[in-house]
Amino acid sequence: MLKVENLVVKYGSITAVDQISFEVGDNETVAMIGANGAGKSTTLKAISGLHKISAGRIFFDGKEISKTGADQIVRAGLVQVPEGRQIFNKLSVSENLTMGAYIMKDKDAQERNRELAYTLFPILKERARQAAGTLSGGEQQMLAIGRALMSSPRMLLLDEPSMGLSPIMTQQVFAALEQLKKEGMTILLIEQNAYDALEISDRAYIMETGRITLEGSSADLIADERVKNAYLGGEL
Amino acid sequence: MNNVKLRDSNLFRLIVFVLIPLVFLISCGLKPKSYLTGIVVTIGIYVILCASLNLINGFSGMFSMGHAAFMAIGAYLSAFLTLPSNVKENMCSGLPDWLIHTQAPFAVALIVGGLGAMLVAVLIAFPVVRTKGHYLSVVTLALIVVVCAVVDNQESWTNGSRGLNGIPAKSNIVSVYIVMVITLFLLFRIIRSSYGRGLIAMRDDPVAAQTLGINLVRKKISCFAISAFFAGVGGALWGHYLTAISSSGFYFTKSFDIVEISIIGGMSSLSGSILGAIFFTVIPEFLAPLESGLKIAGVKLPAMFGLSNIIMALLLILLIIFRRQGLMGNSEIILESWFSKDTYLSLFKKEEYQKLAAGFKNLFARKKKQ
Repeated sequence: MLKVENLVVKYGSITAVDQISFEVGDNETVAMIGANGAGKSTTLKAISGLHKISAGRIFFDGKEISKTGADQIVRAGLVQVPEGRQIFNKLSVSENLTMGAYIMKDKDAQERNRELAYTLFPILKERARQAAGTLSGGEQQMLAIGRALMSSPRMLLLDEPSMGLSPIMTQQVFAALEQLKKEGMTILLIEQNAYDALEISDRAYIMETGRITLEGSSADLIADERVKNAYLGGEL
Repeated sequence: MNNVKLRDSNLFRLIVFVLIPLVFLISCGLKPKSYLTGIVVTIGIYVILCASLNLINGFSGMFSMGHAAFMAIGAYLSAFLTLPSNVKENMCSGLPDWLIHTQAPFAVALIVGGLGAMLVAVLIAFPVVRTKGHYLSVVTLALIVVVCAVVDNQESWTNGSRGLNGIPAKSNIVSVYIVMVITLFLLFRIIRSSYGRGLIAMRDDPVAAQTLGINLVRKKISCFAISAFFAGVGGALWGHYLTAISSSGFYFTKSFDIVEISIIGGMSSLSGSILGAIFFTVIPEFLAPLESGLKIAGVKLPAMFGLSNIIMALLLILLIIFRRQGLMGNSEIILESWFSKDTYLSLFKKEEYQKLAAGFKNLFARKKKQ
């Protein structure tokens, strides 16, 4: 569904992402793991059109989207859940969800998506009228995911959904992702929380200083000595 | 009926926001030549200008200071259409013949003025949207310099720095307030539409807005254009109110005035432009006697020129310290009351009268408790 070829992204003269290639198949959940500054978020921004790419090509559904505007990419069905839970603090939870359906003209589909978001995250329904800024970090992350679902995406890009969350909240967020995965959503998940990300994903890529250094099925990687030492805290 | 607040009562809103202002306006309208009516007309024009500026500064996250330029374009273009042909032959002989001999109705002149400003806004929006924050403000200030330079130097069209005079005085309390209500209605519908929600999303978080599928560049340019249209209309009304215009009337200070009104009223509120314009216009009128010397309780104060400006500045500083969001914050209570059917239907509903009574009762009850 998503194919990235020799992607290069630069910040000024600094190369943040250096010639990486990877793909995500239909209905597949792929994790991309790496330490701070490895270039994961930059990769994601490049895919969703928020950051200009210097070289390489990106295909979504066989169509090249390397130079497509961010809004057109969303319209094509590739939606990013931005890092750091960028929700609209002053709007209510329900209004935030409405904003997520910005590109949707179809009111019925909007309501269906809203129901989907509420079933995935019942807490959002409870807090529908509350200002989004008053939610806890985990709830804000849930809202950000719920908002992304409002535009009926065909593929989700998640940027560190577990960042800054308590372990319990992290579990809840990942349980919801598991649910989405079961329903056939294609997901590209960027994470520092390697263990949870490998648990949920089918395949994974490991990124270090702008390059993909390792790739394989998640089950293999979780057992891999190098991964264990570098990302899973050594021998458990 | 225990927790009814007065401001939730539709009938109360009808009385305060519609009936009282309407009675006041009609009584002003009956004395069109009076000093007070002049002030009221000025307020109406400022509301139009400030509400349109708020669309950019309060809702889109850009901070434009270029409103005077759009006003100038609107004022000059509309004047070209309403000035009598023989006057145009004298003052603007360089205009094309067909324009010299064209006479348009006032409404058409206003719209043409607005469209002209809009066109210029679209053209300059391309460089403007490439900048952000303070830089954007500076670029829009530069627009004023450019427009005024053109007006001053294109003498055969604009009569140079001597300006145009003899513009028909068509801006009166009726025309200004009709245009004002139409403007506020359209702007209110815009900010309450999905387009408006997109603007607010862009203001609050541009990155998140993009991930929702909002095209930031298109949004910024269109917002700039809409705002400029109403600024052009406001400028046209201004010209037809003063009957004499020159570039000096559309320089930095005019833009700063409108920005000031917008900050007083609350940038993120269209209703705020009404309060802002009233305060900005009325307070200096009250302070004016201080400047020329005044007798208070037998003590004669000396004339202190410029004092009203100093007091206005102090008030503005106090406002920024204690109520940064402006008088209205981001509330739209006035416009909501104006443009909602319920407000007007409340006259015929029994429970609304009960609500009003309960609201008053609660208000006094609360006062007693304190």
